[in-house]
Parts: sequence; structure tokens; C-alpha cells
Amino acid sequence: MKLLKAFGLFWYDFIIGDDWKIAAYVVAALVVVAVLAVNDVLSDGATVIIGTVLMMVCFALGVRYDARRTRP
Amino acid sequence: MDGTTTALVSAVFVASLVEFVEAFTIVLAMGVTRGWRSAIAGTVAALIALTAFTAVLGVAISTWLSESLLQLTIGTLLLIFGLQWLRKACLRASGLKALHDEDEEFAEQTQAAREADRTTYAGIDLFGFMVSFKGVFLEGVEVVFIVVTFGLSADALGMAIAGAVVAGIIVIALGVALRKPLSRIPENTLKYGVGVMLASFGTYWAVEGVGWFRDGEESLHWPGGKVALIVLIAAWFAVTRLVIAGLSRPRTSAPTEAAA
Repeated sequence: MKLLKAFGLFWYDFIIGDDWKIAAYVVAALVVVAVLAVNDVLSDGATVIIGTVLMMVCFALGVRYDARRTRP
Repeated sequence: MDGTTTALVSAVFVASLVEFVEAFTIVLAMGVTRGWRSAIAGTVAALIALTAFTAVLGVAISTWLSESLLQLTIGTLLLIFGLQWLRKACLRASGLKALHDEDEEFAEQTQAAREADRTTYAGIDLFGFMVSFKGVFLEGVEVVFIVVTFGLSADALGMAIAGAVVAGIIVIALGVALRKPLSRIPENTLKYGVGVMLASFGTYWAVEGVGWFRDGEESLHWPGGKVALIVLIAAWFAVTRLVIAGLSRPRTSAPTEAAA
């Protein structure tokens, strides 16, 4: 059990790292892209651009949030 | 070798170089404090474990996953890794996080090694062995992920492996020649560059791979095909510069190397 926990922690630390928000918004943005793509709401071109912009905005906001918490 | 493969091999080379430098610092610290026999034994054991891990990972993802699911899985992992690197680069460049310093890391590792108790097994110091093993394995797993994912996605696994091997040879050669931490390698700048590349390739493949959810599992198509990668690299670079500019404030100390 201890070994299993250590194994799980290793992969959590390796993939999620020290900021879980990144994995969370990457998955959230991909879900939005998937919903748009599966329902054929927009063209492929528009869908990929919306997904990319969404990720970039989330990244900028995430770093900004971390910076505010880091500043004394 | 086309532009995409060149960019891929460059990214693998630089990412591997950075990881190997970090692993080298740990092994060097163990070698000088706990003895080279245990440090080298730990390194060799980690390399054997990494070889087995690479074989399993490579066979697993190339055998079990369809093209679009492979793109989605690999792209998502690369994107998460890349954004973690970019986040740290932005915080470092704006003075909110200390720059990574191999000399400092070496000093911390040697201090910890001097204070640890000595337990030997078959003439090998277990502390030196385990720390070397862990350091090389953990840094190596990241290299393996980048090599396998980049290599399989771009159908250029041989080139990706070559990029990583050359980086490893350079680090070992420099390390053996200098016998001190490779702190003059501009690690923070390289990490920033690799972060941009990982985020760009990750975005490209992850979004493309979302097509796996559609009927027929057909990948999504980027406008302009692979040319979109160049736009993505420029866009992620621009976004990080804007973030850094927004966060920047006067630094309290003068770092030797800016993360840009």
C-alpha cells in the first residue's frame, strides 16, 4: 500500500507538478474544444484557434494569480 | 530534415541538455562526498531502469493508441510540461522566483551528503547510490517522455534519440573535463526556450487530437497545416513576454542571467 501510494505520488508530482491549475485549465480548454468539435459548431480552423486562445488566456491569468500571491 | 524535424530535434537537444546538467550536478556532489563508486553505480542502475522504462513506454503508446488519441495524450502531456516550465520562466524573469543556480544546488547536495550517515552494502555507500539513482532517474524520465513523445508524433524517433544522446555526451564530456557543476550553461534561458517549444508542439498536437472524440476519430485540422506551428511558437513567446512585462518590477538582487 505504501509502495502504491509512493508510485501514485511520483506520477502526480511528475505530471501535475507544483501547480495543479495548469493541468486543470489545459483539460478544461480541451473539453471546450471537444464540445465544439463533436457538435460541429464551428469549422476546424475556428475551433483550434478558440482552444489555443483559451489556453493562452488561462496561462496568463494563472501566472498573474501566482504572482499576486507571491508578492510580499 | 524539414523545418518541423529541425525544431523538434533542437527542442529535444536543449531539453535533454538542461536535464542532464541537473542530473550531473547531483552525481558530482555524491561522487566528491560519498565516493565515485556509489555515485557511478547509482547512475548505471538508473540508466538501466530508464532503458526498460523507455522500451515499455514506446511500445505501449505506439501499439495501443490510435493516431488522434496518441496526439491528444502526447500533446496534453507536453502542453502541461511546457506550461510548467513557462510559468517558472515568467516568475523568474520578473524577479518573483529565484533563478536556478547549479552552484547553489551543488552546495546544498554536498552539505546534505556530508551530514548523512554512512551505510554500506557490498562496498557501496547506500546514500550516494540512492541519491545518484534518484537524480538520474527523475531527470531521465522527463528526457524519455520528451524524446518518445516528440519522436513518435513527428515520426522521427531516431532523430529525437540522437538529439538526446548528443546532449548527454556533451554534458558528460564537459563535466569530466571541468569536474565542477556546469553553472555557466545558461540553464534558465534554455528552460524558457524549451518551455515555448513544448507548449507550442503540445498545443498543436493536443488540439489536433481532440478529433478522437468525433465519429471516425479524425484529427482536427490546423489552418495552414504545420505552418501553424511557427505561428504557435511566436504566439506563446509573445504571450510570455506580455506576462513578464506585466509582472516586472525592480529586482532586489542582480542575477547573472536573465530568463529571456
